[in-house]
Amino acid sequence: MSKVSVAVNGKEITADVEDRTLLVHFLRDVADLTATNIGCETTSCGACTVLLDGESVKSCTVLALQADGRQVTTLEGLAGPDGSMSPVQRAFHRNHGLQCGYCTPGFVMAITSLLAENPQPTEAEVRAGLEGNICRCTGYHNIVKAALAAASEAAQ
Amino acid sequence: MSILGTRVIRTEDPKLLTSGGVYVDDLREPELEGAARVTFVRSTVAHARITGIDTSEALAQPGVIAVLTVADMTDFPPPPPAEPVDPDAPPVEGPMPLGGQWSEPLLAVDEVRFVGEPIAMVLTDTRQAGEDAAELVSIDYEPLPPVVGITEALAGQATVFSGTDTNVCQARSGNFDDSVFDGCDIVVEGDISNQRVACLPMEGRAVAASWSGDKLTVWVSTQNAQLGRLILTAIGLPPEAIRVVAPDVGGGFGAKIGVDREAILVAWAAKHTGRAVRWVESRGENLTAMTQGRGQRHHIKIGGTRDGHIQAYQLDVVQDTGAYARMSGFLPSLTVLMAPGVYDIPAVQAGYKVVVTNATPVAAYRGAGRPEAAATIERAVDWFAAEAGLDPAEVRKVNFIRKAQFPFITKTGAPYDTGDYESALDKVLQAAGYQELRAEQARRREAGDVRQLGIGLASYVEITAADAGAGETAKVEVHDDGTATVYTGSSAHGQGHHTAYAMLVTDELGIPMDKIEVIHGDTDLIPDGVGTYASRSLQLGGSAVHKAAIEVKQEAAQKAAELFEAASSDVVLDTESGLWHIAGDPDKSLTWGQVAAAAAGGLIVANVRFTADRPTFPFGSQLSLVEVDTETGKVTLLRHVTADDAGPVLNPVLFEGQRHGGIAQGAAQALCEEVLYDPDGNPLTSSLADYAAITAAELPSFELVTSETATNVNPLGVKGIGEAGTIGATPAVHNAVIDALAHLGVRHIDMPTTPEHVWAAIQAASGK
Amino acid sequence: MIPASFTYHRASSVDEALSMAAQLGEDAKFLAGGHSLLPMMKLRFAVPTDLIDVGRITELSYIRDEGTYLAIGALTRHHEVTTSPLLATQVPLLAHAAGQVGDPQIRHRGTIGGSVAHADAASDLPAVLLALDATFVIQGADGARSVPVGEFFKSIFETALQPGELLTEIQVPKPAVPSAWSFQKFTKRAIDWAIVGVAVQLSPGGATPRTPRGTPDGEESVSGVLSPGGATPRTPRGTPDGEESVSGVQGAHVALINMGLTPLRASATEAALASGAPVADAAALAAEGTSPGSDLHASAAFRAHLARVLVRRALQEAGGR
Repeated sequence: MSKVSVAVNGKEITADVEDRTLLVHFLRDVADLTATNIGCETTSCGACTVLLDGESVKSCTVLALQADGRQVTTLEGLAGPDGSMSPVQRAFHRNHGLQCGYCTPGFVMAITSLLAENPQPTEAEVRAGLEGNICRCTGYHNIVKAALAAASEAAQ
Repeated sequence: MSILGTRVIRTEDPKLLTSGGVYVDDLREPELEGAARVTFVRSTVAHARITGIDTSEALAQPGVIAVLTVADMTDFPPPPPAEPVDPDAPPVEGPMPLGGQWSEPLLAVDEVRFVGEPIAMVLTDTRQAGEDAAELVSIDYEPLPPVVGITEALAGQATVFSGTDTNVCQARSGNFDDSVFDGCDIVVEGDISNQRVACLPMEGRAVAASWSGDKLTVWVSTQNAQLGRLILTAIGLPPEAIRVVAPDVGGGFGAKIGVDREAILVAWAAKHTGRAVRWVESRGENLTAMTQGRGQRHHIKIGGTRDGHIQAYQLDVVQDTGAYARMSGFLPSLTVLMAPGVYDIPAVQAGYKVVVTNATPVAAYRGAGRPEAAATIERAVDWFAAEAGLDPAEVRKVNFIRKAQFPFITKTGAPYDTGDYESALDKVLQAAGYQELRAEQARRREAGDVRQLGIGLASYVEITAADAGAGETAKVEVHDDGTATVYTGSSAHGQGHHTAYAMLVTDELGIPMDKIEVIHGDTDLIPDGVGTYASRSLQLGGSAVHKAAIEVKQEAAQKAAELFEAASSDVVLDTESGLWHIAGDPDKSLTWGQVAAAAAGGLIVANVRFTADRPTFPFGSQLSLVEVDTETGKVTLLRHVTADDAGPVLNPVLFEGQRHGGIAQGAAQALCEEVLYDPDGNPLTSSLADYAAITAAELPSFELVTSETATNVNPLGVKGIGEAGTIGATPAVHNAVIDALAHLGVRHIDMPTTPEHVWAAIQAASGK
Repeated sequence: MIPASFTYHRASSVDEALSMAAQLGEDAKFLAGGHSLLPMMKLRFAVPTDLIDVGRITELSYIRDEGTYLAIGALTRHHEVTTSPLLATQVPLLAHAAGQVGDPQIRHRGTIGGSVAHADAASDLPAVLLALDATFVIQGADGARSVPVGEFFKSIFETALQPGELLTEIQVPKPAVPSAWSFQKFTKRAIDWAIVGVAVQLSPGGATPRTPRGTPDGEESVSGVLSPGGATPRTPRGTPDGEESVSGVQGAHVALINMGLTPLRASATEAALASGAPVADAAALAAEGTSPGSDLHASAAFRAHLARVLVRRALQEAGGR
């Protein structure tokens, strides 16, 4: 057991946890933020993607202890202080980028990070950048459209 | 102007995009406070007798509440005695377990029949302790010879069930008679595999259950809460004592129809221990113990004239149902029904056998028996066209059922309602620039390019709402505050029903979308309903909502007339403003709230069960353009163009989304996905590192063309779109790959068209 | 899904990490980015009793120009390697290959040292470092030692690292012609591990300028631009396949991914090139001396075939830049 303290969506969450606690379980079970989902155990599906110090990571493959003292952003922390959706969230809504919603937080966070690093990606770059996220409902068409729309909105 | 047919973004999304969906593992219901966690202990061998289960070491671990095996199930009512299934009786073809000597237990009794079959349940205080304790449960196996794959199952040297001398658990003869091929200039005969795939919803199975002493509440990731409740009565409770709730469900695709044995066990464990319990499967469990899709092998014979008229078609299906026949002969019965597809073929003979194997049970997966039919008839037509040296588009057109022939009953007895197959194909050919593509293909062939182009076509038809007679329920209420609530028996798991049904209500009643709440999936609130599968929801559930809304409007008109002291024929509803007034007197109006307030109980309500007397038959054409690297076998999907016709489109946003998702899953089966076992029956694709689920990097954006041919089977004129994209995409992509290599003499490659499969076909065709 | 229990320790310096390892014994493992080790622990294929997290030793994350070579700290993340302007100009083969490892999320966490120390036979970077003649700096209780790449990879998941030792730096000699590289990673899907992969560096470290040579049939070398990560060649213009040669090959290094238990040099190909054979002939020897496996992704025979095709394409691309 160790004490872990992570700044999640700007709020300090401190708890004593088993050393083997994965960041995704810390977020879901300790911080009680359940938007981040678990879809596999082989780091394959990306449903658990969050931002760690601003960069997308698969929180199932990070120990909570590795995030000790760091900043984590989950889907719940993306909206503005007035509750307004971020450009990526808005783009998903407008472009029907989600159906069942289970993979969605992971995609939104992955795209948020992708656009931070590459603000005007081509479609090919978006698709390659999402190779680590699996969706079963949408066929990716509208997810890609949403990513490009968010990029386009930011460019204006 | 009606909202129907316009692009409306989803009402479901704001919550999903900001705080996230609430799936079973997210639930924080007070009844689940302190719930025990369930971890299953599963078979690690494909076929064995269980000679011992030692739970002592697990029980000694801290935090372990119980370790349950079949020996603990003494409070479970015994199943009815297993009467042998009469092999001569006509096959039971509903999606019901076969039963009899093929019965499936809940926890394994004395034999295990697939890797992943549940043997024991460990209940722990914490999630973490569950895996630790499960590892310590020790099972002794006496291995039995495994039956791996269809060939071994048919050979019957080993049997999955020790009480039987065969693995064929069901059959329906095709009455094959080769004389129908007499006079055919060209006859093609071959074997076509439709491989096992994983359904792979991103949320796996999950169940939570709480027993209050007289009521069992079960939260489950399901497509059918009411059917789930019925199945759960097996634990010895009447339906009234069970409440089933489907919270947000992270995808289903047919694999979450009703509830399965793990859900029954979790529910029973709650009642047995008196403790709330919750279970979430791992992806490894999901890929081995959730039902899988397809798994058919086809032998076909297709014959016709030199100018492309198909005269006869034989389809012989063997269905691998896995260790347990959960859906009897249901899937291949639909394959056989839809065998001739969109073609008017004079002689059609189709039959099937169902075999058990020591593998994961097979059940419905997006299309459920129909993709297999389309994949094969479309492959057969292309193969026939290649042998005849004819353009596959022309061969299709020559053989289509013509628009004027509808309604049309096929030789297999399928009652097609409406269709316009030529138009759908023409639209796709035009949108794709078919002639230009063929020209580019020819240029590359001439030049001997390493990368060759393949153009694949698929024209398909499928059956939706096959259980039209079961119908769907809807209750529409308007409250005294002017808001409305819709209770639907449908059960969305991503399809956007809340948006669609709210559109139907707003269209009829003029109540704004943001004042309409749609509720589904709770048997306390909706005791009677069927749920979502078979692409039935809009046509049955939507028609029910539509009808209920009309009844609400009629009742409200009466009430408004009373309030106006006028004749009800003088009262009108302005659906733009949502206000009631006397015809010709817009200044005096009543709001919905006022009208409802005056009704009994302050509520206007209508309760409807809508049934249709027939299923419907959406159809379409798809064209796939691939590039094949002839040195490495790698296939790249360049373009995919479709016209998928399910009648008038209620909401193009939702409609397109269903097509996109279907196309991706269909393309995935053609390109890369396959469940594989080793010769001992051990699964080789039991993780997402090994199972080749398709990603955005493998797919292009899709080009969708509009085609709307209404049906007269329901008041909305709609058919179902949920599965159509998948059904058309698999053969389009598959045909494209083979088309790319046709000039090298390749006539068929089994799916998936992995680089090695493709390369091997090229080698074989060139005699290497 | 959940690893077996272990005790977590955090080291703030290399010395502290080494002393912790010495105290905790062989069942303790170092944790860097965690994207090789944690996946194995989550499936309980690895069950260390202790983890020594070295991920915060920031002094081990760097990319420095040391004149004749680039020094890369073992804890440098793949994302840093692939976006490094220094590597983009000096060792583009490495910069490019690091961008092919896993997916963006994995590249934000995984480190070059962690990946190399894990030594999966299907890994991208070990073969690249083999093609580049890298040297590995290892710190142990008795001090530092350098191991050349040819002695570092022993078998699958087995390297020259002894228990308690920490890889701290990877030294990559600067290729004389940095742009003469190619990386061919053959996969079914973009996210997959390489079924077979090829890393080529012409004129690797040694700073010998490229000397154009006449070729037996007077053909020029071929230009061809590949899309990153794919294996999609343009058919050489005007040259029937097999007639090109790579001009001016000075010690071409051709390394293979997943053609054996470790990354391998295609030495028969290299020798053929050195003696003036055309590219196609040399590439036909690519599988010699290799032992590719058969698994659910590919048979050994198909892998051997791919090696031949991909080596040919890699040589054409590297020679054409």
